[in-house]
Amino acid sequence: MPEALQALNNGVPISWYLILSAIIFALGVAGFLFRRNIITVFMCIELMLNAVNLSFVAFSNQHKQVAGHIFTFFVMVVAAAEAAVGLAIILTVFKNRETLNIDEINSLKN
Amino acid sequence: MQNLWLIPALPFLGFLINGILGKKLPKMVINAVAVGSVVLSFLLVLNIWMSAGDLAANPIQQHYFTWIQSGEINIGWDYAVDKLTLIMLMVVTGIGSLIHIYATGYMAHEEGYYRFFAYLNLFMFFMLNLVLGGNYLLLFVGWEGVGLCSYLLIGFYFVKKSATTAGNKAFIVNRIGDFGFSLAMFLIVVNFGTLDFNKVFAAAPGKSTETLTAIALLLLLGAAGKSAQIPLYVWLPDAMEGPTPVSALIHAATMVTAGVYMCTRSAVIFTHAPVAMETVAIMGLATAVFAATIGLTQYDIKKVFAYSTVSQLGYMFLGVGVGAFSAGVWHLVTHAFFKALLFLGAGSVIHACHGEQDMRHMGGLRKYAPISMAVLACASLAIAGFPGTSGFFSKDAILTAAYAHAPWMFWVGVITAGMTAFYVWRAFWMTFWGEYRGHGHPHESPWSMLAPLVVLAFLSIAGGFLFNVPKILEGMFPLAEEVPGEATLMGISIAAGLAGIGVSYYMYVVNRKLPQQIADSLGGLYRLVYDKYRVDELYDATVVNPVIAGSRSLLWKVMDQGVIDGAVNGVGTEAQLAGGWLKMLQSGNIRSYATWVVLGAVALLVLIGVAEGVTR
Repeated sequence: MPEALQALNNGVPISWYLILSAIIFALGVAGFLFRRNIITVFMCIELMLNAVNLSFVAFSNQHKQVAGHIFTFFVMVVAAAEAAVGLAIILTVFKNRETLNIDEINSLKN
Repeated sequence: MQNLWLIPALPFLGFLINGILGKKLPKMVINAVAVGSVVLSFLLVLNIWMSAGDLAANPIQQHYFTWIQSGEINIGWDYAVDKLTLIMLMVVTGIGSLIHIYATGYMAHEEGYYRFFAYLNLFMFFMLNLVLGGNYLLLFVGWEGVGLCSYLLIGFYFVKKSATTAGNKAFIVNRIGDFGFSLAMFLIVVNFGTLDFNKVFAAAPGKSTETLTAIALLLLLGAAGKSAQIPLYVWLPDAMEGPTPVSALIHAATMVTAGVYMCTRSAVIFTHAPVAMETVAIMGLATAVFAATIGLTQYDIKKVFAYSTVSQLGYMFLGVGVGAFSAGVWHLVTHAFFKALLFLGAGSVIHACHGEQDMRHMGGLRKYAPISMAVLACASLAIAGFPGTSGFFSKDAILTAAYAHAPWMFWVGVITAGMTAFYVWRAFWMTFWGEYRGHGHPHESPWSMLAPLVVLAFLSIAGGFLFNVPKILEGMFPLAEEVPGEATLMGISIAAGLAGIGVSYYMYVVNRKLPQQIADSLGGLYRLVYDKYRVDELYDATVVNPVIAGSRSLLWKVMDQGVIDGAVNGVGTEAQLAGGWLKMLQSGNIRSYATWVVLGAVALLVLIGVAEGVTR
């Protein structure tokens, strides 16, 4: 693939990063929608966040601006906090209900 | 420089103290506050009376603050004192003080003692405000306020159904009059751009007769409500449900004369509206005769005096209507003396007979209550127009003016004077002569009640000399015409009064079977008069019941329950229904929520894409 190698020589084009980011995000969404285990769902959320981080960094590099990096750091901080809180919630839920099946945790129903 | 605001402020302070703290205060303190505040006001008025100088040339005007400022309308809290106001102030505070003193004795054993005096002081505040007010709106504030106090005090014995009903009736009938007063004020604002007395009266002669007639007639409607004239007099006889001092102060001496005061105050408007003047005179005369005939037949002593009040107020309006404003005010003053005395004396008699009000169960009281008898005799002489008494001068002034205006009015007035003398002396004979027909032992009243009576008796006799109102008011109103043969007219009215006294003496002392025979021979006519011409029944049938029925069937069942409740409940039901549908979305299933989020995001993206495509 000479064109592809050519492109690599000139640096990876932004569209590649964006496509990768979109794929990862879509995987995260799909996992969030179709998996039933809370831990998996939780990991899918992390996946989506990081997909977004990837596009932030890509744009930041493309435009030679630092804003994208800063956003990324913010997202990471929030993600860390969310992981701490979220895991605590998951632990508590498991202690009380002895299940991690997300379909059975529906006490907010109607 | 007098502080006019102190005059109404003192009773108001008394009202606040007694109204808020009265429940815990001892009676001595309540008495001191209630009576003291009014007496202090009286002394202030007396001070003005002594030191005011020439009020005709420079009346006292005091502006305290701007009350309402809207567009071109500027209404201030202004108090003004001219001679007319001063006379009214003297009457209100003077008689008010006496009646407050009397009430401390009369109400001594009543429940709600402090409440009574709080209301009475509040009434004084509003009445003084009415009299002192320098514009129509301030007068109206007092006007409404005294109406409120009248309502509260008529219904003072609120556990009695008839008392609360009477209070309601007084209040509602007065609403009709106040409606007219309000319209009159609106007309004044539209045509004059101000409500200030001085400005309105200065501009009034330049306005068209039609405008002034409309204003005057609407003002008259207000006056007819407050001063109990045909067709709105029906509330006053019922108002006698209140305690007797209230009847004396509010429903005889002061509040009910507010209409006369207001018409006299608006003399400039009335004199430029001849049609309205004629209406005033005829209304007054008709009321005077009408009420006097009812008074002939009543047995409740307070009812007799109530109809007498209506009749005498008619006299005052007759005076105003024929252009003798000062004569009308003169009668207002003397009437305040002798009618307050009649009511207070009646109160003393009722007190003596342990609460009995029916004259058929009284009689022979001259042995038990000689002082009450003496003072009531003074009042009865005055109201009968006995020569030299106060009532004689004022009544004669009105009748002479009526003769100058139209002789037939004089003759009707004379007949009324005869009837007045008859029914008042009928009450006198029935109460004090013959033998006692009630139960228990009648007794004379305490001195706290008798002392004011004696003062009022003196005023009833000598008030005509002491307060020569036409002389005091000289120059304020156009002079009455000189009538040839005035002495003859005077003689005729004196004769009518004496005849009334004589006939009543014959019928109720000498030949006591006669009244019953006359009543029997008149049959239906007598019963019609005894039933007060069944005016209440007529009003019930034509106004009250249709209004109640309409309110019940249309306003309540259709409008309130159907339309308003229907709308409110309908909104509630609809919201519940919508909620029932929307709650389906809340499944509790996290993955379905997530699906909605994703779908929403996708929809948003598509929308943005489409919008981009359109703009591009």
